[in-house]
This record gives sequence, C-alpha cells and structure tokens, in this order.
Amino acid sequence: MSKRVLAVDDSKTMRDMVAFTLKREGFDVIEAEDGMAALDKSGDGAYDLVISDVNMPRMDGITLVGKLRENPSFRTTPILILTTEADQEKKAAGKAAGATGWIVKPFDPDQLVDVVRRVCR
Amino acid sequence: MNDFEQFKQTFFEECEELLQRFEDVAVTLKAGPNDPEGLDDLFRSVHSIKAGAGAFKFQRLVVYSHEFENVLDLIRSGKLELADGDPELIVQAGDILNDLVCAARSGQDVQDGHEAEMLERIRAMGSQTGTAAAPVSEDASKPDTNGDFVVRFRPHRAMYETANEPQLLIQALKAVGDISILADLSRLPELSKLDPAEGYLSWTIEVRGAENEEAIAEVFEFVDGDCDLVIEPISAAPREEGQAVEEAPSVATPAETTLATSNTPPAAGANAAPAAAQTNSIRVELGRIDRLVDMVGELVIAQAMALDSLSELVDIRHVKQLQALEDLTMRTRQLQEGVMAVRMQPLKALFSRFPRVVRDLSKKLDKNVRLELEGEATEVDKTIIEELSDPLTHMIRNCMDHGLETVADRVAAGKPEQGVVKLSAEHRNGRILIRVSDDGRGLDPEKVLAKAVANGLVEEGADLSKEEIEALIFMPGFSTAAAVSDVSGRGVGMDVVRRNIQKLGGRVTVESEFGKGSTFTLALPLTLAVLDGMLVDVACERYVVPLSTIVETVCAEPSMIRDLPEGGSVMSIRGEMIRLIDLCSNLRLSREGKTEPLRKLAVIVETEFGRRVGLVVDELLGQQQVVIKSLETNYHSIDGIAGTAILGDGRVRLILDIDGLANMETSTSLASEGSVDTMDPIISGGVAE
Repeated sequence: MSKRVLAVDDSKTMRDMVAFTLKREGFDVIEAEDGMAALDKSGDGAYDLVISDVNMPRMDGITLVGKLRENPSFRTTPILILTTEADQEKKAAGKAAGATGWIVKPFDPDQLVDVVRRVCR
Repeated sequence: MNDFEQFKQTFFEECEELLQRFEDVAVTLKAGPNDPEGLDDLFRSVHSIKAGAGAFKFQRLVVYSHEFENVLDLIRSGKLELADGDPELIVQAGDILNDLVCAARSGQDVQDGHEAEMLERIRAMGSQTGTAAAPVSEDASKPDTNGDFVVRFRPHRAMYETANEPQLLIQALKAVGDISILADLSRLPELSKLDPAEGYLSWTIEVRGAENEEAIAEVFEFVDGDCDLVIEPISAAPREEGQAVEEAPSVATPAETTLATSNTPPAAGANAAPAAAQTNSIRVELGRIDRLVDMVGELVIAQAMALDSLSELVDIRHVKQLQALEDLTMRTRQLQEGVMAVRMQPLKALFSRFPRVVRDLSKKLDKNVRLELEGEATEVDKTIIEELSDPLTHMIRNCMDHGLETVADRVAAGKPEQGVVKLSAEHRNGRILIRVSDDGRGLDPEKVLAKAVANGLVEEGADLSKEEIEALIFMPGFSTAAAVSDVSGRGVGMDVVRRNIQKLGGRVTVESEFGKGSTFTLALPLTLAVLDGMLVDVACERYVVPLSTIVETVCAEPSMIRDLPEGGSVMSIRGEMIRLIDLCSNLRLSREGKTEPLRKLAVIVETEFGRRVGLVVDELLGQQQVVIKSLETNYHSIDGIAGTAILGDGRVRLILDIDGLANMETSTSLASEGSVDTMDPIISGGVAE
C-alpha cells in the first residue's frame, strides 16, 4: 500500500512540485486547489500526510488545518503548511490550529523530503 | 539542474493567469476601503508569483514581488489605507511585475534598474504605517563547538496533539550526527492509569559530530514550545569571533538571500531554456478532455451506425450521399486522432523520477549503478503514464537488487565495476514498448525451475523451454530472492507487475541470458480508448481482431492444412508452418444448424513476441474503428478476450486478445501432456485472482 498525501495549493506549479517530489518517494498524491476542495476530498479514504498552502481562495490553509483536526480520522495525521520564511505569524497560527510543521517556500525536492521524513512514518 | 525546472512552463502559464487576475482587480481599486476579496486576490496573485519565482531562482522577480506582496498584505489587513494616487500606483506596479515575469520567461533580462524606482515607491508606501515589512533575519550562528551535544527532550501533550512523533525526530537527528539515546521511563504510570495522549517518556540523546547547535535545533523546530528541550555542548570550546562570522548561517532567510544577490544577473539555470518557455499552451482540466474523448467515442459509434444502415445504398443515384458519408468518416477519424493526441504526454515526467530511485538505491545496496534513459520524448496516454509508475519502479528496483551483482562479483566475472540499468521507450506497430534491462547476472534457468518446483508451481521433472522457465517469475508466489529484502521484496512480486500491466491492456515479458543480464519488455497500447479492428464472423458470432496484429488473411486449400497427432492443426504457407487456432472450439461456440465453410479462412496474426498463428474464422466482415470498453470494469476478465466494443449496429462485440488466445492453445497442449497443468494461469495470460 503506498502512502497517500493530500496536497492543497491554489498554485498548480506548487502542486506539481509537491506531487512530483512525493510521487518519487512512493506517495499517491491527491490534489486539491483550496481548503474547501481539500475538505471535500478529506472523506475519501485515509491520508498519511497533508501538505497545505496558507493563502488560498475560499478557505485558507490555517482554517483547513483546524477543520481537519476536528475530524477524528485526521487526529494523528501529520499536516504540514507551506509558508514563506517571513511568515512567523503564519507558522504560529498554523501550529495553534494543529499543524504538525511547515515547509518554507521556496523549497527544493530534498528539503521537502527531509521535512516529510521528520513528520511522516 | 534542479528537478523542478520542468515545471517552469506551468509556472509561466500560471503567472499569466495571476497577472490577468491582478489587473482585473487592480483597475477597480479606489482610494479608501475596498472589497476585501479583491484585495485578497491581489495579495495572493503576487504571493504565488513570488513563491514560484523563488523555486526557479528568478531573483529580481523574488525581490520585487516580496516588497510588493508586503504592501498588499498591509492593505488587505487594513493596516494601510489607500490614499489618492495609490490605486494607480498599484496598477503600475503590476505592470512592472508583468515586465519582470516576461523577462524571466524569455530569458532576456530587462535593463538594470527597471524596477528600482517602483520598488522605492512601494517601500515608501509601506513605510507610511510604520510597520514596514522588515526582512526577518535570524541571528547568525552561535560560536561553534567541537560538534558534540547532549539533547534533553521531553515532549508535552501538545506535541502529540499536532501529530508530531518523537521517534521520527530522533530518527532525523541521525542525519545531524552520530547519536546514542537513553530513554527515561520513570514517569510511565501503571497501565490502568495511562492516558494515551499524554507524554510520559523523555530522552537524553548524545549527538556527536554535529555541524552546530542550529542543526539540532532545526530538527526540533516544529515542536519548539511543545516540549522541554535543552541542547548543551558536551565540551564547549568557543571559537574566535572572526571564525564564527565566516561560517554561513545554516538557515538564510529568503529576504537575506535575495537582497544579497539582487544585483547579480539571474542564475544560469533561469536562462536555461528560454525557447522552451515560449511554447504556447493552455492548461485544461483533465475532466474536460475526458468528456471530449467520451463524446468523440460516441460520435464514432454514431457515425459507424450511419454507415452501417446506409451501406446498402450502392446505387448510382446515391453516389453523392455516399461520398458525403465517406467524407464524414474521414473527418470523424481525424477529429478522434486530434482529441486523443491531447491526452498524450511525453514519458519524460515519469522517467525523470528514476535517476533518483537508482541513486538512492545504489547507495543502499552498495552497488555502482548507472541509469541510461532513452526515448523520453515518446508520447503515451496520460492514464497509462500514471499507471506505469509503480510497475516501473518495482522493475527497476528488482533489476538493481536481484539482477545486478555486487562490485566484487562483477569484477570477478570480468565485467566493468559499474552496472548499467537501461530504461527505454519506443513506438512500434501502434503500441508502445518500454524496456527495463540490466547487464547483471541474468536469470539462472536451473535455479528458477528449482524454485518453482519447491514452491509447488511446477511439477518435478517438468520439461519446460527456456522461455517457459523465465516466464515462471511472473507467477503469483514466486520470488527469486533467497531472502526477502527490504528493497524489492516487499511482498509485491513480478506477478503484481504483470497484473497491473495487463489491466492496461499490455503485456510484460522477460528475456534473459544467464550471466549477461535480463531485459523486461512492457508492451502497451498507445491509448486505452480506440482500436482499429477487423470484424470477423465465427459461427454466427462477431468478434473484433485488432488490426495491428493482422499480417494477412489466407483462404486455405485443404491440402495446406495438416492435423497434428496430439490435436490441433497447422497450415503451411510458403513453406512456413503456422499453427491454427480454431476460434469456434476455442471460444466454445456451437455451430448449431450452421455448417462449417468448405474452405478454411485463416487470419494470420502476429503475437507480441513475433510468433505467428492463424485464427480460423467463417467470414471477414470488414475493417472498423472501435471504441474500447473495458470488460473488467463491467464484468470480469476472460481469457482470450481483451475488451469489448460497441459497433455500428449498436451491439456489443468482444475484442480478441491474440496473445491470450495463442498462449491458451499452448497451455492446453501442455496440459494435455499431463506435465504442467499448474502453469495454466501464467501462460494463458489470464488474470489469476
């Protein structure tokens, strides 16, 4: 069984990069283009990891993290938020909402993999 | 080159959309408060551009969009109110942003200082609030020690609530230095009093040879505040101040990086493929293309129906109508080809992940391996590409783990130290062939057979050809590795690979020479949607034979056919003996009432391996393009049947699976010898479930 990751970002470039990197790591990548879409897809099956952008239309990443953590099947799922280095507030807000950690944009594949390995079995 | 280079094109397309959106909103801005959603849009557009620009190292764009984004953030959060002239400034700032994006895209830099004035004005605008976005900087790294630290780590409940896992963090420390761990279980209560969400354990970890304290702190970055964490040098030996300054901080903020390099020309990588970046393309949601493919499929059926019902009009009075119909047929076909081409993608995206797989694995296995890629530009249906990822990864792992020898063994065998795994793709006969080959030890037929016998897959003393023995590795429950390794022996065998490929209407075969290496060949259809077929009639039933497999059709004189003593018959054509497959008996049809034609009509087809067999049919009904519908999704797989198609008369017909049929015949004859009837599932090409 390969692991499943829900990759949430309104930027196709970012989704592509995350998907490309994690597919090489053996993940099945399910993509969503904002928080609402991610919530819609949160029901279909268990996820081993969620990676979400913060700034997105309809529902932002921080709200998404909070909503996912309310769902019992996401209680122990690592959730990473994609943020920029300057966004110290976002990191704190993300963590308060229940995010496991963050990935700083821009990232290269190795950095992403390193972070994922730190939070994902 | 960065692996992400391939996404540059997507990025620029996205930029175009974002800039358009930006402009649409920016022109509606007015002094004073604005629509919050619009302001969010502005911010997000610039933010997304910045993030992408950072990934591709377009430094000027990063610096500019960073400042711009900061101001927009202040505006949207209400910290900065727009004054007269500001909306106009934002529109102009957007134009400059556009210029910088275009420059990055074309690879031709705009002149120095093009954005300098605007940058100043944006900064000035932001600084009005007194909360100007100062670049966040972190302290320079502290004086180094000898690299030995002791880490005391006690997670709190909050840490578990964010799904952080102490074990993984400790694992991550291994990358920082050599570690030794001591767990403290003293706070662990009795089982009855244990709260699973509480943190009772704590650890003392010695890290030796770490670069600096930050490297360790970085591992615990996410749990800062959610645990007790103390990092102490074991024997602190502070360095001279000057020395410490020379050391680059381990984490540079983007702001620092970008400011430092903003005056230097963009990195070479940014200019790498200006030509490619200008390819005109649009992004289309896959669902829309699929609907289009479906609709064209229905059109093909409708067109075939029209042709079918009007084909009786072979009257001179209707010549115009017939011509129009012919024209329609041709156009429909062109349309279909055009639509299918939209779904085609080069294999590059898939192949590009394997260098890394090989690199990681060669480290793990301690083997010296070079990966050669060929035919990356070959285009295949997107669905097929997606489904190929797992099987190909598995096969490459298999080659490296089981196929290639260790360096010592290779040298002993007189081979170069470096093993070669080759991945190639090509189009052939309307199919795509993907090969994974290695120059390793190859399959040892004796070992394979012994293993199969030991696993009860083949009876002792079975007389099998080399090809038949090699095919055994695809049988469920067969594994050539003596011990299950964590590299390729994950309980997934070549049988799963074969099943996945078969699901795609493809085949996997292996050719191997003991001592010299193995080649696995995947043969796949170019697309899963359409097929050129020959409609044949057998005992009043109609079947579709894939046109690409047909070599010729022969109306056989009785003298050309000879019956074999063990059953079955062969036909001699121009001195070549070709085995005949009687479809009527093979598909268990009955000829009730209908007599067999006097002279046998044989459709000579070629299997994937180039073997020729003759299918005995009653009548040829003509060529037709058919839309393939999977049998498995609606029913279940049947030996000898590749799928179904809806024809012009509106009826569902079965598409014959030539290799399946050819192999079915082999297995029956083998089974009739009473030696290897257990082989049925493997050579019949059926899905063993």
